[in-house]
Amino acid sequence: MDNKLYVSSSPHIRDNNSTRRIMLDVIIALMPTSIAACIIFGFRSAVLIAICVSTCVLLEYASRKIMKRNTTIGDLSAVVTGLLLALNLPVDINPLIAMFGCLVAIVVVKQMFGGIGMNFVNPALAARIVLLVSFPSSMMHWVTAAGAPAAAQIDAATSATPLAAPAGTYSYIDLLIGRCGGSIGEVCAAALILGGVYLVIRRVISPIIPCVYLATAALMSLAFGLDPLYQLLSGGLLLGAIFMATDYTTSPVTNWGKVIYAVGCGLLTMLLRTYSNMPEGVSFSILLMNILVPHIERLTAPRTLGYVKKAKGEKK
Amino acid sequence: MEKRSYLKEFTKGIVKENPVLCLVLGTCPTLAVTTSAFNAIGMGVAATAVLICSNAVISALRRFIPDKVRIPAYITIIAGFVTIVQMIVKAYAPAINDSLGIYLPLIVVNCIILGRAEMFAGKNPVIPSILDGLGMGVGFTAALLLMGIIRELLGSGAIFGIQLLPVQILIFILPPGGFFVFGMLIMLANKLNTRAGKKVKSTPCDGCPMAASCSQKSCENGEKEAAENVG
Repeated sequence: MDNKLYVSSSPHIRDNNSTRRIMLDVIIALMPTSIAACIIFGFRSAVLIAICVSTCVLLEYASRKIMKRNTTIGDLSAVVTGLLLALNLPVDINPLIAMFGCLVAIVVVKQMFGGIGMNFVNPALAARIVLLVSFPSSMMHWVTAAGAPAAAQIDAATSATPLAAPAGTYSYIDLLIGRCGGSIGEVCAAALILGGVYLVIRRVISPIIPCVYLATAALMSLAFGLDPLYQLLSGGLLLGAIFMATDYTTSPVTNWGKVIYAVGCGLLTMLLRTYSNMPEGVSFSILLMNILVPHIERLTAPRTLGYVKKAKGEKK
Repeated sequence: MEKRSYLKEFTKGIVKENPVLCLVLGTCPTLAVTTSAFNAIGMGVAATAVLICSNAVISALRRFIPDKVRIPAYITIIAGFVTIVQMIVKAYAPAINDSLGIYLPLIVVNCIILGRAEMFAGKNPVIPSILDGLGMGVGFTAALLLMGIIRELLGSGAIFGIQLLPVQILIFILPPGGFFVFGMLIMLANKLNTRAGKKVKSTPCDGCPMAASCSQKSCENGEKEAAENVG
C-alpha cells in the first residue's frame, strides 16, 4: 500500500496522446470535406478517396516490409496522406495516375527518407506537385461542381477554377459551399473551416500557422489590389493552410518559427498566384517553406535557461 | 603504383570506378543531355573520343609538361581535341550537334577528362592510359545510356524515338526527374559494389572508389590514425 509515492525520472506527466490519436483527429477533421466532395462531385470522389487511401496504406506496408522495418500502418499516417492526396486531385483523374501519386508520396517522399517524422516535405503535397508537373492536362481538368453558376448543367462540363475565372462569376456563397471548379477537397471552404476549428479545439494544431498564413495572404492581396476574401476562399489556400502547412514534421516547433514560416507561406502564395504561370501558389509556397524549416528552427531556437548572451568582443 | 593488368585498367572504369555513378564526375552533361537515349549515346561517344586522345597525348608528354603549369597544359590539349570532335560532329552529324548544343564544347571542362588526365595519364605510360580512357569512356557512355533509356521511356514513353508506352510521365524528362533517376542509379551502383565484397570501411579512404589512383596524403594519414585509434 505504500506504493503511492512514485520515484522515477521524467517525464512525470503523461497523457493519452499518440500518433494514432492525432492522425484519427485529422481524419475526423477531413470528414466534412470528404463528405462535401462526395455531395458536390458525386460518387466518383468517394471511389477516388478509397483508391488513394488503400493504395497508400498498401504501399506503406509493402515498403516497410521490403526495407525490413517494423510495420507502421497502425498509426494511420498513411491514411491521412492518402486522404489529403485524394482531396488534392480533380475528380475525373485516371486512377492509375492517382496511384502513381500515392507511390511518390509514400515510397519516395516518406519511406525513402525514413518513414513518419523523417520526411522533409509534406508527402501529399510533393505528390501533387509531381503529378501536376508530370500530367499537366489531366491534373488541370477541373470538372464543374453540381449547381455551379458556370455550369451549363451537363454532366462533367469543365470550368476554370475561381482563380482563373473572370471576376464576378462566383459569389462568396458559391465559394463557401463549393459551387465552383477545382480539386475535390478544395472547393468547399465551409467544410474546410469546420475541420480546422475541430483541429484547433482538439489542440491537434496550433492556430498560429493557419491564422498568420491567411492573414498574410489577405494583406498581400490587398496590396496587389485583389479582393482578399475571394482570394482566401478560392483555390487550395484553406486546404493548404489548415491541413498541409501544419504537418508536424515539416513545420517549425517554436511559436516565432511558426510565425516566420506562415508569413513566408503567405507571401510566396500571393506572389506565385500573381506572377507565376503555374496555377500552384499554395503547393509551391508550402513546399518551399517546408525545405526552409530546419533553418527557421535554428534561427528561433529558444535560449537555454540561464544562458547569458556574450557581449561583443568579450572573450570566452 | 603497382603493376596492374591491361584488362583491369580497361574494366575498372565500367563498374568499379564508373566515372558517373561511383566517382560522381561529369554530373552536368549527365543530367543535361540524358533526356533521350540517342542524345546520351552522342554525348558518350564524343566524350570517349576526347578522353582517349587526350589521355594518350598527355601520357606521352608527361615528362615534358612542367608540374606547375600542368593543368593549363592539360586543358589546352583537351580543348584541341574537343574542337576537332566538334568540327567532325558538325560536319557529319549535325542533328546530334543541334541536340547537344552547348554541352558539346563544354566537354573541355568535363571533370572526367581532366580528372583522368590528372589522376592517371599524368603518371602512367601511354598504353595503360589509352585503356584507362577507353574504359572510363565506355563507363560514362553506359551510365548515360542507361539514364537516357530510363528517362526517355518514362518521360516520353519511347526508346530511341520508338513509341513503346502509352503513358508519359513528363517529370522524368524535366530536371527533377533527371536528379531522381541519377540518385537511384548511384544507389544501385553502391549496392552492387558493396555486394561485390568490398571490405567494411575502417579508414576514410576504404569506401572511396578513387582510392586506388589517389595520391593525397590524407589517405595514408587516415590509415595511420585509424590504426592508432584502434591501438
